[in-house]
Amino acid sequence: MTPQLELRGLVAGYGATEILHGIDLRVASGGVTALLGANGAGKTTTLRAVSGLIRPHAGDILLDGKSLLKRSASQIAALGVGHVPDGRGTISELSVEENLQTGGYLLKGRDALHSRMEQMFVWFPILKQRLRQQAGTLSGGEQQMLAIARAMIARPRLLLLDEPSFGIAPLVVRQIFDTLREINRKDGIGVLLIEQNAALALDIAGDAYVLENGRVAVHGASADLKNDAAVRRSYLGG
Amino acid sequence: MNQFTIFLQQVGGGVSTGIIYGSIALALVVIYQSTHKINFAQGEMAMFSTYIAWSMMQAGLPYWVVFVLTVGVAFLLGAVVERFVIRPLADTPVLGVVIVFIGLLLIFNSMAGALFGHNMREFPSPFEGQFKWGAGIMGSHQIGAIAVCLVMLCLVYVFFAFTRFGLAMRAAAFSPQSSLLCGIPVPLMLTLGWGGASAIGAVAGMMVAPVVYLDPHMMTGILLYAFAGALLGGLSNPWGAVLGGVLVGIIENILGAYVIGTELKMTVALMLILAVLVFRPQGLLGRRLVVRV
Repeated sequence: MTPQLELRGLVAGYGATEILHGIDLRVASGGVTALLGANGAGKTTTLRAVSGLIRPHAGDILLDGKSLLKRSASQIAALGVGHVPDGRGTISELSVEENLQTGGYLLKGRDALHSRMEQMFVWFPILKQRLRQQAGTLSGGEQQMLAIARAMIARPRLLLLDEPSFGIAPLVVRQIFDTLREINRKDGIGVLLIEQNAALALDIAGDAYVLENGRVAVHGASADLKNDAAVRRSYLGG
Repeated sequence: MNQFTIFLQQVGGGVSTGIIYGSIALALVVIYQSTHKINFAQGEMAMFSTYIAWSMMQAGLPYWVVFVLTVGVAFLLGAVVERFVIRPLADTPVLGVVIVFIGLLLIFNSMAGALFGHNMREFPSPFEGQFKWGAGIMGSHQIGAIAVCLVMLCLVYVFFAFTRFGLAMRAAAFSPQSSLLCGIPVPLMLTLGWGGASAIGAVAGMMVAPVVYLDPHMMTGILLYAFAGALLGGLSNPWGAVLGGVLVGIIENILGAYVIGTELKMTVALMLILAVLVFRPQGLLGRRLVVRV
């Protein structure tokens, strides 16, 4: 079975600085994979390389077996990669509705946009209530929901999430993760999830990679990692 | 002619020139919003486009055909300049980009002189004698110019507020990264934005040329007024820019007629710029930007 996403020997960074020194990673079709590790390990850099915001120095990135290397970020989005970046990426100056419409840029036709927006309201009803509000005035949790909706509205096949729980109240985090679980279950969308909260991540993910200094230090099924005391102590905060 | 009529004439004239300033101000703000830089060559590009219109008219083409063609050519001109001059400057520090803008200003100015000569030329107005209801306050061309600019501004508004493409352009200006992730081709949006701004400038040029006569320095002063208008309205608000331009037009005329005389009119623009920057940098309708350093 071709993995939905495969990174082979990915070397990437910013300008002359190399952050990733050769990453091998796989997300199974319809699977949820967690990407863990300390700050500066290269997790965000990995996601940015996949979505095309940065160009790799070496290695390959394959989506359903096809290389993404020569493509621009907007082309990669058109291929079905949805990226919710760190900092959420919502456009504060635009309204909630306009943010969703921007997310739906690739959709063909008014009807497609409307039906997808309705689906977003099913998952995140608060967005319908705040439809005309400026996105910058939403609470952190609401902005995170909007950010996810923006990425999901165009029907991506692969969802990249960068620390969706960051700065959000635990109750809202639970809501968001329940929705993510459902999205993955019902639509079979593959998910690559960065999370500081390792327990939360291992709960939803089938397997996890732990990055350390730009390399994969550990990879295994979530259940195994959770039960491995050594791994827990070294990488997951005990 | 009583005093009140004269006053109305000054205001009416101010609105007419002001809406032209406002159109150029709009072009400046549209580019500013997407690049955070002021295109100092905006006026010269508009002047150059007006010369192109003039040449087509010399060749015998009817006015409105020339009008439409010039708008198209100006659009292409702006798009080409962005694609081949501005885009390669993506990583250049601000000062370098400003120097390039000034270079463009000089290039367009000199090219116009070299290709079309430095003599003042008459530029026809399609509105002469058309509108009888100026009631002695506003001339036909002034009314026509206001109408044309209003229609153009309405079209721009509808484009940005109600079309998918217009929204994509606004998104690309506010947040290029987020827009890329939505599949929006951000570099293309920038190119088209420059094209649109150039086209707006060309319309403004064609509306102002019958009044001030066409010569390579036609737009130098107007760019200053437009810049004052953009600042007065607030650089973060395109419609503030239009309002600012109209206000500058009215203020310029009133002060010029009653207070300081017509020779110091341009000083008014400079003083306005100073006053805005000192007392209220965000302008009348702009937002205060607070930056953590």
